[in-house]
Amino acid sequence: MHPAPSVIFFSTFSGLGFGLLGFLGFGMFVPTGWVAFVFFAFAYVLAVGGLISSTFHLGHPERALKAFSQWRSSWLSREAWCAVAALVLMAIYGAGLVFFAQQWTLIGMLGAIASLATVFTTSMIYGQLKTVPRWNTYYTSANFLSLSLAGGALLADQGNLTLILMVVAGAIQLATWLRGDTAFATSGTNMATATGLGSIGTVRAFEPPHTGTNYLLREFVYVIGRKHAQKLRIIALVLMAVLPVILLLLPFSHWLALLAVVSHVAGVLAARWLFFAQAEHVVGLYYGKR
Amino acid sequence: MTQLPTQTQKKLGLVIDLDTCVGCHACVISCKGWNTENYGAPLSDQDPYGANPSGTFLNRVHSFEVQPDQGAAQLIHFPKSCLHCEDAPCVTVCPTGASYKRVEDGIVLVNESDCIGCGLCAWACPYGAREMDQAEGVMKKCTLCVDRIYNENLPEVDREPACVRTCPSNARHFGDFADPDSAVSQLVLERGGMDLMPEQGTKPVNKYLPPRPKDQLTQNDEQIDILAPFLEPVATEAKGFLSWLDKTLEKL
Repeated sequence: MHPAPSVIFFSTFSGLGFGLLGFLGFGMFVPTGWVAFVFFAFAYVLAVGGLISSTFHLGHPERALKAFSQWRSSWLSREAWCAVAALVLMAIYGAGLVFFAQQWTLIGMLGAIASLATVFTTSMIYGQLKTVPRWNTYYTSANFLSLSLAGGALLADQGNLTLILMVVAGAIQLATWLRGDTAFATSGTNMATATGLGSIGTVRAFEPPHTGTNYLLREFVYVIGRKHAQKLRIIALVLMAVLPVILLLLPFSHWLALLAVVSHVAGVLAARWLFFAQAEHVVGLYYGKR
Repeated sequence: MTQLPTQTQKKLGLVIDLDTCVGCHACVISCKGWNTENYGAPLSDQDPYGANPSGTFLNRVHSFEVQPDQGAAQLIHFPKSCLHCEDAPCVTVCPTGASYKRVEDGIVLVNESDCIGCGLCAWACPYGAREMDQAEGVMKKCTLCVDRIYNENLPEVDREPACVRTCPSNARHFGDFADPDSAVSQLVLERGGMDLMPEQGTKPVNKYLPPRPKDQLTQNDEQIDILAPFLEPVATEAKGFLSWLDKTLEKL
């Protein structure tokens, strides 16, 4: 799949922002006054910035409001609802903490649930696709949610809980990769079923429909990521989980914490790039590119 | 509304005969020709006369080589367009309701004024039947020539999809699969019409007829040409003038 930068930035930063909102909403971290303002502003910059960047890949962003209409069937529509619910609820909860030094627990809880639901719906947009066997699994949701929680915990300074969540997120990331590497072969979709010609013999793509490229090849048959994939995975895992854990185990300093955050974000961005670049869409079979 | 109808009154679709398709791409051209100037946004091309041309097509013809365990390889031309699936995954993923399946005839269409161009429907389609138009930023797909098949301004003979109308080898057939007596249903029954990627659970309406078994000429090495006995030389020894000429020329 084509790794569109807008979607990589969206899913990474909004995941981080909603993770932080989750910890704020559940009352795991209760700042008040100016400190609360800074934390909420930061969470909103991440979450809203991510959402805005996701509209950059739309053909008609001016019609984005229509995307709220199909929540009964579409995970993308559900994501839109969850995101708005989370942002509204957490704005009310945040206003209580910043301006009134009041903790409205119920609203915070609901906002936190909506925040994590947003991350879940994002993951289901990919997880629901049978056409991409690597994504079509609950590992995808576990991967997105665990990274969101680990990143949120890191930003919300959750101490030992951060360490545990980092290790869990790293382990789930590793499991997702290992499972994903065999997903296409075990999906049951191959050149024989794609063409229906498998009963005659071995099918090979002889000639593509056009000598040039097309939308399908650009969007779904992206192969540049394969060459250095293993090295990138190691880099992503070290930056995302290993380095932050080491930095957090060292005696506390704000600079080390900042470095841990930067490292984690860089690692998640690299992993998210691989998430798209390594995903194989079954339509590639028709072009003999699988 | 992007929820799928539980049932459609008709199931309009195509039968594509892989046995008779000659791979001429006439259906590709007639499809582009009709659909670029009728329903919805035109099918744009990018850099059409330059070094790296590409464009939006609703129908594309692939060619596959199939090598049996024994015998010669076969070349099979393989036209592919929207299969108007009963469980169309492209419809349910659409966040805006732009992508829908019609209750009256089962055609899957895109309402282009509601399409935000997110591309998710193309991601959900296993067949590569949807292409985002790079100029318009909306999703384009086969409409089964919805603006031809009901069009009373056209002569009746033309009220079928452009690809079917133009096919010179009659490899494409249009009809209603909900009617078991229709010509397309009968064709599917007789020829063992098949689904593409049945494991994806999309229940495609369009069916493909597999190529018929080929003649096994290469296995009868003794007699390849049935006319060969009649073409044996009748005279092995030359006589008369030709014999004299042959001998004379040899001596020179």
